[in-house]
Amino acid sequence: MVGILEDKDRIFTNLYGFHDWTLEGAKSRGAWNATRDMLDLGRDWIIANVKNSGLRGRGGAGFGTGLKWSFMPKEVKDRPHYLVVNADESEPGTCKDREIMRHDPQLLIEGCLIASFAMQAHACYIYLRGEYVLERERMEAAVKQAYEAKLIGKNNVHGWDFDVYIHHGAGAYICGEETALLESLEGKKGQPRLKPPFPAGAGLYGCPTTVNNVESIAVVGTILRRGAEWFAGFGRPNNTGTKIMSISGHVNRPCNVEEAMSIPLRQLLEDHCGGVRGGWDNLKAIIPGGSSVPLITREMSETALMDFDSLREMRSGLGTAAVIVMDQSTDLVRAIARISYFYKHESCGQCTPCREGTGWMWRVLERMAVGEADPSEIDLLLEVSTQIEGHTICALGDAAAWPVQGLIRHFRHEIEERISSYRSRRANFAGHAIAAE
Amino acid sequence: MPIAKVNGVEVEFEPGMTVLQVAERAGQEIPRFCYHERLSIAGNCRMCLVEVKPGPPKPQASCALPAAEGQEIFTDTPMVKKAREGVMEFLLINHPLDCPICDQGGECDLQDQAMGYGRDGSRYAENKRAVEEKNMGPTIKTFMTRCIQCTRCVRFVTEVAGVPDIGMISRGEDAEITTYLEKAVDSELSGNVNDLCPVGALTHRPWQYHYRPWELKKTETIDVMDALGSNIRADAKGAEVMRILPRVNEGINEEWLSDISRYAVDGLQRQRLDKPYVRENGKLRAASWDEALGIVAAKLNAAAADRIGVIAGDLQDAESMKAALDLFRALGSANTDCRQDGSALGYGPREGWLFNSGLAGVENADAVLIVGANPRTEAPLLNTRLRKAWLAGKTEIGLIGEQADLTYDYSWLGAGSKTLAKLPKAAMDFLTKAERPAIIVGAGAVSGSDGAAVLNALGALAKKVGVVADGWNGFNVLHSAASRVAGLDMGFVPGEGGKTAAEMAAKGALDVLFLLGADEIDLSKSGAFRVYLGSHGDRGAHGADVILPGAAYTEKSGLYVNTEGRVQMAERVVFPKGQAKEDWAVLRALSAMVGHTLPYDTLDALRSKLMADHPTFGRIDYLPAPASFDVGSLGRKGDLGDASFVSSVRNPYLNNPITRASVTMAELSALRIAPVAMAAE
Repeated sequence: MVGILEDKDRIFTNLYGFHDWTLEGAKSRGAWNATRDMLDLGRDWIIANVKNSGLRGRGGAGFGTGLKWSFMPKEVKDRPHYLVVNADESEPGTCKDREIMRHDPQLLIEGCLIASFAMQAHACYIYLRGEYVLERERMEAAVKQAYEAKLIGKNNVHGWDFDVYIHHGAGAYICGEETALLESLEGKKGQPRLKPPFPAGAGLYGCPTTVNNVESIAVVGTILRRGAEWFAGFGRPNNTGTKIMSISGHVNRPCNVEEAMSIPLRQLLEDHCGGVRGGWDNLKAIIPGGSSVPLITREMSETALMDFDSLREMRSGLGTAAVIVMDQSTDLVRAIARISYFYKHESCGQCTPCREGTGWMWRVLERMAVGEADPSEIDLLLEVSTQIEGHTICALGDAAAWPVQGLIRHFRHEIEERISSYRSRRANFAGHAIAAE
Repeated sequence: MPIAKVNGVEVEFEPGMTVLQVAERAGQEIPRFCYHERLSIAGNCRMCLVEVKPGPPKPQASCALPAAEGQEIFTDTPMVKKAREGVMEFLLINHPLDCPICDQGGECDLQDQAMGYGRDGSRYAENKRAVEEKNMGPTIKTFMTRCIQCTRCVRFVTEVAGVPDIGMISRGEDAEITTYLEKAVDSELSGNVNDLCPVGALTHRPWQYHYRPWELKKTETIDVMDALGSNIRADAKGAEVMRILPRVNEGINEEWLSDISRYAVDGLQRQRLDKPYVRENGKLRAASWDEALGIVAAKLNAAAADRIGVIAGDLQDAESMKAALDLFRALGSANTDCRQDGSALGYGPREGWLFNSGLAGVENADAVLIVGANPRTEAPLLNTRLRKAWLAGKTEIGLIGEQADLTYDYSWLGAGSKTLAKLPKAAMDFLTKAERPAIIVGAGAVSGSDGAAVLNALGALAKKVGVVADGWNGFNVLHSAASRVAGLDMGFVPGEGGKTAAEMAAKGALDVLFLLGADEIDLSKSGAFRVYLGSHGDRGAHGADVILPGAAYTEKSGLYVNTEGRVQMAERVVFPKGQAKEDWAVLRALSAMVGHTLPYDTLDALRSKLMADHPTFGRIDYLPAPASFDVGSLGRKGDLGDASFVSSVRNPYLNNPITRASVTMAELSALRIAPVAMAAE
């Protein structure tokens, strides 16, 4: 068998777009089936089932989805409730939400309705990444079909007045941070807000709001249809369910695949991607969860399981399960320098450590990639990264610091070799000149 | 009250306070750049990090974290120290460290805190970022490379000034604070952003490179550019006042200051009268004090008592007005007036000419009707309070008079006295349904020939809608002259059968007209022998026959009563220019020469006399308690006419002799009042 998950247990049965994406096609695959009955069982039943399923947020942080929903006020007072779906999928390496919106949009819309009903929201905003133009068109068409079929909208067949709005961002990575996303949605500059207050207390337009990832919402309908136990049956405790994993880089067949959580990383690569290019021994390092998590070595990859806990024990993270595979041909220092440039470019500039620190790290790494650095700067770089980590308003500071820390933790020797080979190629470098004077 | 622990010491706090405030209450100073108690919380400088238990195992920004019962706050642990040092290092890596040539040097937050948290050397080997300078207008000098993106300036102009001219563009390390397309900041409060800037990115352009802060002698005194009596600190270098900064007074100016009060200071160096002059054959020539005073005394003695008179100007201290009043009464003249604008105020109970709710109190009003005033130009810091109340959603504002951008929404009810005669129902409703209504009576509404009738009508309206009630007095007169309330308090109005200022200025009305710093009245018709005692060679001095050089407000100690009726004492910062003397002393010398020696030889004696005659002057720095009075009895019943109300201040930047002598004010006037035509037009 290929992988762990059987075809009958796949939630995203049209992940590759082989079938009809329209409402008709989606219905034939089970979407919108018995949605009314689920709503009739009440919001407590929905939230309890989502909690029992063990679904953890698929956007990277892995916060319990059901728990998050339960933070919303129990009753609607003077302010309306909102659901906001974070489709600003910008983490390098991640491309799972894209496939959902392209090929299974009805699952997402159905999930929006169920989640909104559970949180008593009558409006849902889907915030799409600026670069997702085709996805926006596909989503708009899908929403239109759902409106026409009276599945959503005023006086729909489900008895819960509900509107979906597609909002197209302008292409800033920071707008994937939930509070920056809300700022952007309100028409302001996308800069993260201070927390507290959390969005569940004061979010969009100051009203109670829940922000969820596309995948977290899109799986809800199927979880409720097939039961929380079914979903909880995959993976290890605390890391349950299925998950779309995006594998890119030096594998023979890069792909998106829905797999059971806790699948061994090596099995994932070998079963679905045809293995690492040039064989397992040619592997150098893997970034297991999108560019913001620290990389792990080949030895660690042997035993790593694709779940939150296993990867956290390795001081990395599952993130969005975007696996970036790098073989021996990779210049790791340059690769991390490039990632560092990305975070420097995407820092919003609001708070000091990230604004100033990301540029500093990038510049030092650029020099290190050439070798034009001092060995003592490796420790400096590590310290700068810890000065950023945990000191910022949002998690972008952490995201910028972790890849650098991962590099120094596991591949310090490469940087040192780079520096010494750079020096040995030159008879006279800056350090020598000073020493001689 | 809940209790938290700060470094192990228990401290009580009020619910809603932040961790930073609680720590301050416990005596722990928290370093900060972006946090400012009068602005919204940004939490972006990350300097105020503290350790909090219970909480995540990382430092928290104390400025934005609400304090909680039982919380343990640590401000001096190694983690906190390390975090702050890290932030300080980040702030400094792209800071130019050009302190020796920076105007902020010596009073710079970054400099001070770098002493506490900075490293001795830089570990940053890369090139520093450079940012282009921005044009933000004549008051703000930018040096944006020094900027640490604290966004205090952005928040000030957006929230307090109500003019969203400054913002942050771009992101990451390319983020820049700028105005839109190099537009000058169009706010009468723009100078405050220079005070707020914790580094030298925004500094005071008019004073650029004029001084180092440690060279200055600092004197706490009172501002006279408007009738609010803002508390200021005047800093002098040698004989020159170099700059004026606000002092905190929660009741008046909070900690802000208008551009006029702040930057008119260069007017104190120009157009100054520094020796006495007498006119001979139509030309002025310098004279000695004895000669000049002798001529004035001879003229006064020669003229009949009802043919001499005195008009007091807008910037006069109470003491000199008292001396002038006493002198002219002793000479038997009833022709005394301090109201150059022809205002009808000054009769009846004192409350009839005061801003009774107090400046801070007006924030408690739930309906405010502004009549014939433009608070934004006449009293910018009252305007910020109205905006604050409006932003809080507590106050509805209506306006009768000229429409203008006041930085808040108001309902315009009408242009002038016609509207007042027959107030629209909506206007009546909004006042009657209010619990604490207030009427702001502008000086412009109650001056002119119909002033008394308008005042009467306003009083009647106030009575009808309950503006004066138990414990609340919302009848608020907004003066535009700093000396006015003191003048009215001491009765510097025409005596029995006396002439008003306008009547005195009429053709052939007087033989001798004494101008005590009076520059705002048209004297082209007057044929009288004119004596001008004042500080600047301005309108009053131009046609004068004898000029007696006096002291400007920074050059004498004097009492001023602001529009609320709050008596405040200004202090001498520098000495008067040249041979100029303090105004009261000139009048005292003149009194001896005319044979009616005034009964005081010192300023203290004069003050004692003033306080004995008018006890309100003895209550220095106190706001009068709200008193009830018969507001309906004000003014005189009569025809309201159909004039439109206009603000008494036509151009706030050229409103008195000092501002008219100031180069900065001329620039601001050209920029904000009469914009220069663009080249392409």
